[in-house]
Amino acid sequence: MLDRRFLLLATLAAPAAARAQPERHPLLSAPWPEVVAAARGQTVFWNAWGGDDRTNGFIAWANDRVSERFGVRIRHVRLRDTAEAVARVVAEKAAGRIDGGSVDLVWINGPNFLAMKDAGLLFGPFVGRLPNARYIDTEGKPATVTDFTVPVEGLAAPWRMAQIVYVYDSATVKDPPRSIPAMLAWARANPGRLTHPTVRNFLGATFLKQALYELAPDPEVLATAATDTTFRPATAPLWDWYEAIRPHLWRRGQQFPENGPAQRALMNDGEIDLMISFNPSEASTAIANGQLPPSVRTYVLERGTIGNASFVAIPFNAAHKAGAMVVADFLLSPEAQAHGQDPRVMGTFTVLALHRLPPEERARFERLPRGVATLTDAELGRPLPEPHPSWMTRIVAEWERRVTP
Amino acid sequence: MGTAGHALSGAARSGALLRAAPALTSVLFLGPIGAGLAGTALPAFGWLPAIGGEALSLAPWRALLDAPGFAASLRVTLTTGFAATLLSLGLVVLFCAACHDRALFRRAQAVLAPMLATPHAALAIGFAFLAAPSGMLARLLSPWATGWTRPPDLATVNDAAGISLVAGLLLKEVPYLLLVTLAALNQVRAPALMRAARTLGYGPVTGWLKAVFPVVYPQIRLPVYAVLAFSLSVVDVAIVLGPGTPPPLAVLAVRWFLDRDLALWFPASAAALLLAAIVAASIAAWHVGERLAARLGRRWIASGRRGGGGGAAASLAAGAISLVVALSLASLAVLALWSFAGPWRFPDAMPRAFTTTTWDAHAGALAAPFRATVAIGALSTLAALALALLCLEAEARFGLTPGARALWLLYTPLLLPQVAFLFGLQVMLVRGGLDGTLAAVIWAHLMFVLPYVFLTLADPWRAMDPRLARNAAALGAGPWRTFLAVKLPVMLRPILVAAAVGFAVSAGQYLPTLFAGAGRVATLTTEAVTLSGGSDRRVVGAYALVQALLPLAVYAAAIAAPPIIWRNRRGLAVA
Repeated sequence: MLDRRFLLLATLAAPAAARAQPERHPLLSAPWPEVVAAARGQTVFWNAWGGDDRTNGFIAWANDRVSERFGVRIRHVRLRDTAEAVARVVAEKAAGRIDGGSVDLVWINGPNFLAMKDAGLLFGPFVGRLPNARYIDTEGKPATVTDFTVPVEGLAAPWRMAQIVYVYDSATVKDPPRSIPAMLAWARANPGRLTHPTVRNFLGATFLKQALYELAPDPEVLATAATDTTFRPATAPLWDWYEAIRPHLWRRGQQFPENGPAQRALMNDGEIDLMISFNPSEASTAIANGQLPPSVRTYVLERGTIGNASFVAIPFNAAHKAGAMVVADFLLSPEAQAHGQDPRVMGTFTVLALHRLPPEERARFERLPRGVATLTDAELGRPLPEPHPSWMTRIVAEWERRVTP
Repeated sequence: MGTAGHALSGAARSGALLRAAPALTSVLFLGPIGAGLAGTALPAFGWLPAIGGEALSLAPWRALLDAPGFAASLRVTLTTGFAATLLSLGLVVLFCAACHDRALFRRAQAVLAPMLATPHAALAIGFAFLAAPSGMLARLLSPWATGWTRPPDLATVNDAAGISLVAGLLLKEVPYLLLVTLAALNQVRAPALMRAARTLGYGPVTGWLKAVFPVVYPQIRLPVYAVLAFSLSVVDVAIVLGPGTPPPLAVLAVRWFLDRDLALWFPASAAALLLAAIVAASIAAWHVGERLAARLGRRWIASGRRGGGGGAAASLAAGAISLVVALSLASLAVLALWSFAGPWRFPDAMPRAFTTTTWDAHAGALAAPFRATVAIGALSTLAALALALLCLEAEARFGLTPGARALWLLYTPLLLPQVAFLFGLQVMLVRGGLDGTLAAVIWAHLMFVLPYVFLTLADPWRAMDPRLARNAAALGAGPWRTFLAVKLPVMLRPILVAAAVGFAVSAGQYLPTLFAGAGRVATLTTEAVTLSGGSDRRVVGAYALVQALLPLAVYAAAIAAPPIIWRNRRGLAVA
């Protein structure tokens, strides 16, 4: 399946790449004020996963700002899965629609980004053209330029950081497990009190990838594309561990919540006591919004946790590229970044290097409260890099094979 | 839309085009289905040159058969589909047999019609809020009765066997079949049959089953098939309540159609085509079952057993129907409750506080899908009304008599799984550059709105007193003036009811909106289903509540309008 996919995308991409290379889109060399002028009046169809209403609220706020400031409107196309937007662009390309495409901006990373990049479906490189891009913390946060080991090459603009934390209810859990083997022991002692989102969802896949990091005999192999020869030995301990822990999961590992917010609702209802999260301040934000009890806290594993960046990319055939660039630049602005990092809004960490910001902009971040359940940067530690996207694709397929009766 | 408008103005001039109205209507709403079906069938056999499928092969079928969980997916599709249909039909027949002489029975229609206007997805979401281990029912009983201080580790929704899916389907299918049966009862002189049976000494239940049911069933056969087809191929309710690993076949096909790996379009098409074959085979099997039941039934009727008073059956049936109604109402109520809830943890039966925070925060985001739902619903309903009225007028004026075949044609969109032709339709729309436009979504909705509008309108229209038109002609009015100045005003009430039904059908469409809208046209239904996967229950509650209330409000307006409009026309007053 996997090989066929890449073969198929490669055959689609080859002629396009050959054709597209010589002519550069005029927007990629136009001075920024011209991009802003071209964007005025455009409506940007931002395809973004719509399952999290904190993020939906942030996108609505961004729409208010860019429409009043630049005359650009954002229409949030709420996806159940980012793959839907990728499929739409591929389908449009297959149908010969090389401009006037229906997706202007897409929230993307991991396998979806790799698929679009490899197939030549992305507009750019445009990130270097964005005025706010100079503040991106490319050294301190290497995930902003390398997504799942894949060089971004200016084809996608980062807009928020993510790192795995585990959320637990301190009222019922005194000593949460701080390693993957300890998690198995904990689940045995507390049957039904742990789950993970379905592995078809990115957070569910991340749950397994985090375990893989600790269990793989040689984690180095994760940095390169998985092959038939590397996948089996590297993941064998993972599947042993998973087969052992699965009967002790919520619903005996027969059912899984659809996504992160669904898992959070289980925690709020007291169905589970421990869960994975990709947002270090999700717990604080959820406490503030009455979505989790005040007793929840977060922690990371002893050997560190995976971190990555969320990006926005512009498809090659987007109808409103200028508007999309203006939105991508706005998302990188200290104003938008600080608003997003506010635990009362999304609580997602900024992609910017705070020390490079002018003092008055830096102050926006210094004013932000740190939630009761949010770890300090030191406690979080330096995030582990994501494995190559092919590991995720294969893990999802293998999991599907193992859990379906 | 444009076509319908042209038909109207063109026909107004000559009347010649009116003769073409039925043909035009069939092309307009059956054309896309045929093209869509072909556009799904070819990729099912490997043919889709745009993505590299350039040779016919059976590879998509092999991929489908090899997919993890395919057998379980097939099994759950069949068991839930048949269980939902058998249970809802059984309940309805039992209720009619046992309660046809009770006051409750006459009130049923007024209670059930608004329930039918509520979209499937909203009811399903509300039902999940009720039945989940942490849901309202468990909260009401905990901890005092159950001892639960935490939700039990039980799969009461999304269970692998699909029991909650069947329950969710019953909430909509029981009212539908009951209303259809009530309408059919008006056509078969049921009271006279019952009097005869009672005179011969039959008990009320046995008498109804032996004398009335055999003449009613042929009238409701097509709706029963529609329920069977719907239960086998439903997507939105299955996403909310059905099992996930593996899901029913229709959900599996949609999941693959939306995957970034376009190679999955081939097995997805095969799955969609297989589903169409399953529906066709299931209807055929049901038909064989009807024959068998008829044979056994005839022997039972001939046995002459009179049966008893049927008191127990009546209580059972009344109880079961009341339970369905109560669960539906409770599902809506719990949506409202969550949308105004502050912090609300298990096992509290009520939120700690009530607040309008959710509504304040989401009013802006709700406005766009609300407008889209209203626009698509209004325009597709208007188009359907225009086409249905023209067809009925053509029928009356040219003495056309629609046969059984016409009725089957009308039912085609309701008998075919949506997923079997919507993908092909989308491919066609993409080619024409129409995907993602409002017009495409309205057109896709029209295919489902038109049959319901036509079926709702046809009986009252055909039953219109022919002397009215004759009198108008005698007074010198031309056929169009008679149509506009006599028939339409007289038919105002059924027209408005048909419009309300059409609007409700449009407002509830999930898959046609998703495919024809290319994800860019968001309605209350698509938003509610997207959010139902996991968002905050308070937000989902708000979306689903608006989704449920909008068609209800339209229905209420349709009922309320005629007495107000005709307050100075005693002859048209509503009885």
